[in-house]
Amino acid sequence: MTAKRIGIESSLAVAEAVRLANVDVIAAYPITPQTHIVEGLAEMVANGHLDAEYIPVESEHSAMSSCLGASAVGARAFTATASQGLILMHEVLLVAASLRLPVVMAVTNRALSGPLNIWGDHSDVMIARDAGWIQIFAENGQQAFDQTLCAFRIAEHQDVLLPVIINFDGFHVSHVIEPMHFLDQKTVDEFLPPYRHPHALDPDKPVTMGGFAMPNMYTEGRKSLDTALRESKKVILDTWKQFGDIAGRYYKPVEKYQAENADTLLVTVGSYSENAMDAVDKMQAEGKKVGLVRVRLWRPFPYKEIIEALSGATNVIVLDRAISLGGPAPVCSEIRAALYSLKDRPQVVSIVGGLGGRDISPANFEKLIATALDKIKTGDAAETIMFGVRE
Amino acid sequence: METLSIYAPKLITSREYIASGHRACSGCGEVLAMRYVCKALGRNTIISNATGCMEIISTPLPQTAWEVPWIHTLFENASAVASGIECGLKALKRKHGYTREVKVVAMGGDGATADIGLQSLSGAMERGHDFIYVCYDNEAYMNTGIQRSSETPFGASTTTAPSGKASMGQHTWQKNMAAIAAAHEIQYVATSCSSYPFDIMTKVEKAIKIKGPSYIHILSVCPTGWRCPSNSTIKMGRLAVETGIFPMYEIENGKYTLNIDLPKLRPVEDYLKLQGRFRHLDKDNTAEIQEKVLDEYNKVKRLAAGNKAK
Repeated sequence: MTAKRIGIESSLAVAEAVRLANVDVIAAYPITPQTHIVEGLAEMVANGHLDAEYIPVESEHSAMSSCLGASAVGARAFTATASQGLILMHEVLLVAASLRLPVVMAVTNRALSGPLNIWGDHSDVMIARDAGWIQIFAENGQQAFDQTLCAFRIAEHQDVLLPVIINFDGFHVSHVIEPMHFLDQKTVDEFLPPYRHPHALDPDKPVTMGGFAMPNMYTEGRKSLDTALRESKKVILDTWKQFGDIAGRYYKPVEKYQAENADTLLVTVGSYSENAMDAVDKMQAEGKKVGLVRVRLWRPFPYKEIIEALSGATNVIVLDRAISLGGPAPVCSEIRAALYSLKDRPQVVSIVGGLGGRDISPANFEKLIATALDKIKTGDAAETIMFGVRE
Repeated sequence: METLSIYAPKLITSREYIASGHRACSGCGEVLAMRYVCKALGRNTIISNATGCMEIISTPLPQTAWEVPWIHTLFENASAVASGIECGLKALKRKHGYTREVKVVAMGGDGATADIGLQSLSGAMERGHDFIYVCYDNEAYMNTGIQRSSETPFGASTTTAPSGKASMGQHTWQKNMAAIAAAHEIQYVATSCSSYPFDIMTKVEKAIKIKGPSYIHILSVCPTGWRCPSNSTIKMGRLAVETGIFPMYEIENGKYTLNIDLPKLRPVEDYLKLQGRFRHLDKDNTAEIQEKVLDEYNKVKRLAAGNKAK
C-alpha cells in the first residue's frame, strides 16, 4: 500500500498531501516560513496536477475568510500560514470554529514580533489556543504529511465539523528535506470520503449562517461548540487508528519515549522532541532515570492521556517553545492544572526555551534537565525558567 | 430602465426574500433598499453580509428574516467570504456535478465598505471574482450609535465627530467609493438611492448579467442617525438626488451615464435644514457645502457628457 521512500522537503510533502486530498479551494497569502507549501500548491494548480481554485488573497484575514466561504458552500478548503499571518487571521479563526466549517490549515510555527523574527517558535499558535480549532503537532515531515491527510478526515467527519490546524516548526521541519513515505491516490481516496456539509449554503435549501446571539442564547452556543470540540477526540483516535492500519504509522494524543521506568519525565511539543530523544538515550545509558513524553494533540486537550503518562513520575519538566509574557508558560500551565487533582502529584518545572529558532541540542537538553532537577532540589520550582538566556 | 416590467410596479415580483418581522427602525431606508436589491436578485443568490445594521436586524438567533442562503462572519471580510463562495461554487461545478447558476453577492454598510472592509473589497475586485458588491450607505456607523465614518458628510454631527463650540462636526468630505471601485477597472459601477426602487432594481439586474465584479453604492436614508422624522425617508432620499448632493449614475466599462439629470438643482439647504445632524451649520458652512456639491455634480456631469460626445 505504502509507496517507496522518497526524499522531499516537508513543506512540499504537505502540499502533496493536500493534492492527494483533492482539495477544491486554496486561499493563501505568503509568509515565511509557510511559502513553500503554497508555492508548491500554486505550481500543482498551474500545471494541472491539482484541479482546484487558488485564490491569491490580499491578506491572511482574507485567506481564512475565503476558506470560510468555500467551506460553507461545501467545497474542501485549505490554507497555510505562520506567525503574524496567523495573528492577523485570528478574528476569523474564531468564526470558522463557531460556524463549524471544517477548514484545514498548516501552520509552520514561527516567533511573534517584536523584534521581528522568522524562525521556529510556538508563540503564534499558543495565542490561538482558545479559538475552537482542533490542534495537532507534527514533529517531522512524515508526520506533517500524515497529519494533513488525517486532518481533512477528522475535520469533515459529520460528528465533528470543526477546523483543524496542523502545527510543525518553521524551518526545523518546514524546510528540511527528509526521506518519507507517501500514500497513493487510491489509498487516500478510500481513506478520505468526499466532503459534504450537511447545511451548505444552497438556493435549493436556504440556510442562515452566522446569526447573532443574545445573552439567552450565547451560553448554549458556546457550550455546544465546546462539547463538539471535546467529543472530537473519539473521531481523532479512530482516524489515527485507521490511518495506522493503512500506512503502518500509528499516532496517539500523547506519545511516550523510554518513559517506563523513569522518575523524571521531560515533556516536549514539536520538532525538538527528536533532540530530546537523543539526550534521553544518552542519559539512560549513563543510568539516569529520565524519559520523554511528547504532546501531539493540543486541542482538545488530552487530560486523560496526560495524567496517565505523567502521574507515576516524581519530576515533570515541561519545555514550552512559547512565552506567555508575565504569566505561566502555556503548555506547562495546562499540564500543571491537569495534574493538580491527583493526590500524589509530581513536582512540575516550567522551562521556556528554543524561542525564535534558537537551537536546543541534545547536550543542551541534558543541561536543561539538570537545571530543572536542581530547581526541584532547592525547592525553587514555582517560577518559569528561561533556558539559555545569555547574560 | 430597459424593460417594461420595471415601469409597471404590478409586474414586480411579490416574492419577498427578506421577510417582514425583522427589527429595523421604523422608516429605515436601508432595509427598503435591501428588499429591492433582493427582489431583483431572486432566489439563485448567495449573500455574504458584513456585520452591521442589516445583519443585526435580520438574524437574532434562533430567528432569521432571510429566504435566500445567507452568511455573516465578520465586519471587514464580506468580499473575501464572497470570493471563497464564488470559487467554491466554481470548483463544485467543475469537479462535483453542481449545476445551479448562482450569483454571489456581498453586502455591507458604509463602514464595512469604505473603512474597515475596503482592503478585502479591493482585493476581491482586483482578482476579478464574479460577484456583486452592494454598499448600503447611511453615512455613519448607525448600528453602534451614529459614529462618523469616511462616508459621513462634511458638516454632519455624529457621536464621534460631534458639533460643539470648537467643532462643526465632520470636517472631511466623503470618500468617493464609486470612483474607487471604478479605478479597479471593473465593468459595472452604479450609484442609487433607497427612494428610487426601480432604479435600484434596474441596476441590480444589470449587475447580475456582468461576469466579474460589479459595485452598487446605494444612499440609504437613516432617520435615526440623520435625525429626521421616520415618515420623511423617501422625501429625504429624493432631496439628496434633487439637490445634486447624491448624483445617481452608472460607470459602464469606464463610461459615465448620469441617470437623473435635472435641469436645475435645488439648493442644498432644502436637504440640510430638515435633518438634525446638520442643524448647527451656519450660512457660511452651507455655502461651502453648496459650492462643493455643485463642483462634484458638475464633475460627474462632465464625465457623462464627455462620454456622450464620443
